[in-house]
Amino acid sequence: MLYFTEQLLNGIQLGMLLFLLAAGLTLIFGIMDLVNLAHGSLYMIGAYFAATFADWTDSFVLGAILALIATLIVGMALEVIAIRRLYGRDHLDHVLATFGLLLFFNELVRLIWGPAGLTLSLPSEMLRAVQLLPGLYYPVYRLVIIGVTLAVGAALYMLVMRSRLGMLIRAGASNREMVGALGINIKLLYTLVFGLGAALAGFAGLMQAPILTVQIGMGENILIAAFVVVTIGGIGSIRGAFVAAMLVGIVDTIGRAFLPDLLHAYLNEAAASSLGRALSSMSIYLLMALVLIVRPAGLFPAATR
Amino acid sequence: MRQLLTPRAAVNVAVVLLLALVPVYAALTGDTFAMTLFARIMILALAALSLNLIMGYGGMVSFGHAAYLGIGGYAVGILAKEGIPSGFVQWPVAIAASALYALVVGALSLRTRGVYFIMITLAFAQMIYYVAIGLDRYGGDDGLTIYRNSQFDGLIDIGNKTVFYYLCFALLMASIYLVWRIVNSRFGLVIQGARSNERRMRAIGFPTFRYKLACFVIAGAMCGLAGALLANHTNYISPAMMGWTRSGDLIVMAVLGGMRAAFGPLIGAMTFLVLEELLTRATDYPNLIIGPLLLIVAIYVHGGIDGLLGKARRD
Repeated sequence: MLYFTEQLLNGIQLGMLLFLLAAGLTLIFGIMDLVNLAHGSLYMIGAYFAATFADWTDSFVLGAILALIATLIVGMALEVIAIRRLYGRDHLDHVLATFGLLLFFNELVRLIWGPAGLTLSLPSEMLRAVQLLPGLYYPVYRLVIIGVTLAVGAALYMLVMRSRLGMLIRAGASNREMVGALGINIKLLYTLVFGLGAALAGFAGLMQAPILTVQIGMGENILIAAFVVVTIGGIGSIRGAFVAAMLVGIVDTIGRAFLPDLLHAYLNEAAASSLGRALSSMSIYLLMALVLIVRPAGLFPAATR
Repeated sequence: MRQLLTPRAAVNVAVVLLLALVPVYAALTGDTFAMTLFARIMILALAALSLNLIMGYGGMVSFGHAAYLGIGGYAVGILAKEGIPSGFVQWPVAIAASALYALVVGALSLRTRGVYFIMITLAFAQMIYYVAIGLDRYGGDDGLTIYRNSQFDGLIDIGNKTVFYYLCFALLMASIYLVWRIVNSRFGLVIQGARSNERRMRAIGFPTFRYKLACFVIAGAMCGLAGALLANHTNYISPAMMGWTRSGDLIVMAVLGGMRAAFGPLIGAMTFLVLEELLTRATDYPNLIIGPLLLIVAIYVHGGIDGLLGKARRD
């Protein structure tokens, strides 16, 4: 039971990270109708920036803040230079262009930071584990991730649903021309949204950096997982992204933790472990396929379009 | 009056001649690497061609097309390991397995539209990818070396590089012709009609789902054949054959060459892979150039390289 609770917390933590990525992706998807394969690159860049800035400043928090700002700037620059020319184009042009960007960013990172990965070490107080339940110790840092991400999620929800900027963003999503005709600078608005998405991706990257190695291509697998989240949740829906991120995070983690043992009851050890590994890696895709077969536009289809 | 040699026709003829003469060049200069590279180009062109059939003409953007390469390749690899080296068994199995997979995926995915279709095809391909990783007996993550080519007893020996090259060439040309025939048949017109306005096609009485599914299966079978060829080309199979970035590569080739053009996928595959090869030799950071180039093509060039050769006759 304790093991289950621990894995559940791990699942929630993974879900939170996926939510950070998926929120930006779903905003960009839903509002600009843009398929952005380079979103994982921004995640990677956020992690690299954090590792570098933390090294320069000798402070994890300061490094993280600087990395966040830097990723925001990179994202907005990317939108101005390239992405804005892709709005209103065919999805295939998006795939081609952002696939090119993904190749470019991987190579650029290799050029700047070299092929070896980086590590980002945490301040010592975050390395401890706290006792949550009798016998259940959990790393502080993973709790910090859950807490901070919840706060960011809440802030994002307030921004999109309650603020004037959010109102404009939602209006821009449902009718771009009309918002422009009413005198709103829609170009600037889109740049801001893309920058926001980039910053969220970078934030996910820098939060994950101390747990994983910071390396080239780190954004690619998690990008696909984030796409799964966006698709399950329904494109353009932040609420859907949150629910789906939790679902995907928990299904993935619990599957990895328990499937091999569960199968062991029926199969010999080698078969159970290899089948368990394969099945648990597949589980989120299976989940997505099932959701789409039952609900072809995701769990929370956007009301418009 | 019809112009006999349009720029497009000239380029197509030049490409076919070039491909036909690569082994001659290799024999004269001893540069067998060129033959290896161009055989690979033709195999991936076959895969991109099959993708173009569903994506370009049918409007079905599959982001999991590399799965068929994997299935075709693994069919050859698994049978070879289990002591069935006969190509007369391996290749039909590769094609049939891919077609069957396409039938299942298509039946489940074709209900969704647009981005959802892109994502669900990606999801199925990822599942196959992880199945391959889980196949411990066949190398798991590391992949499997194939020690013996597919055997076509007495008929041809594909262990001979020149023979294999011309087999790929013949199969590619036959497939380009086949796709061209399909596209210009009644069936192909229904598929293209469903791309431009599916509701209208249904309203005038075509069960578009069945047509699209059939098209999806044909493309899958064709790409399965490419997978079988690829396994024989590299004598090695691994899950990396069907990673999602490989599916991205295939989309890039098809779009780069120009969708809805008979020779587009071939020209796209050739451009992409030759460029990659040249840049890898010239610099340590080839993607620093390829990446922005793709971006520029996507933004400024409509209809890929084929679009540069003048306006298409139709469409």
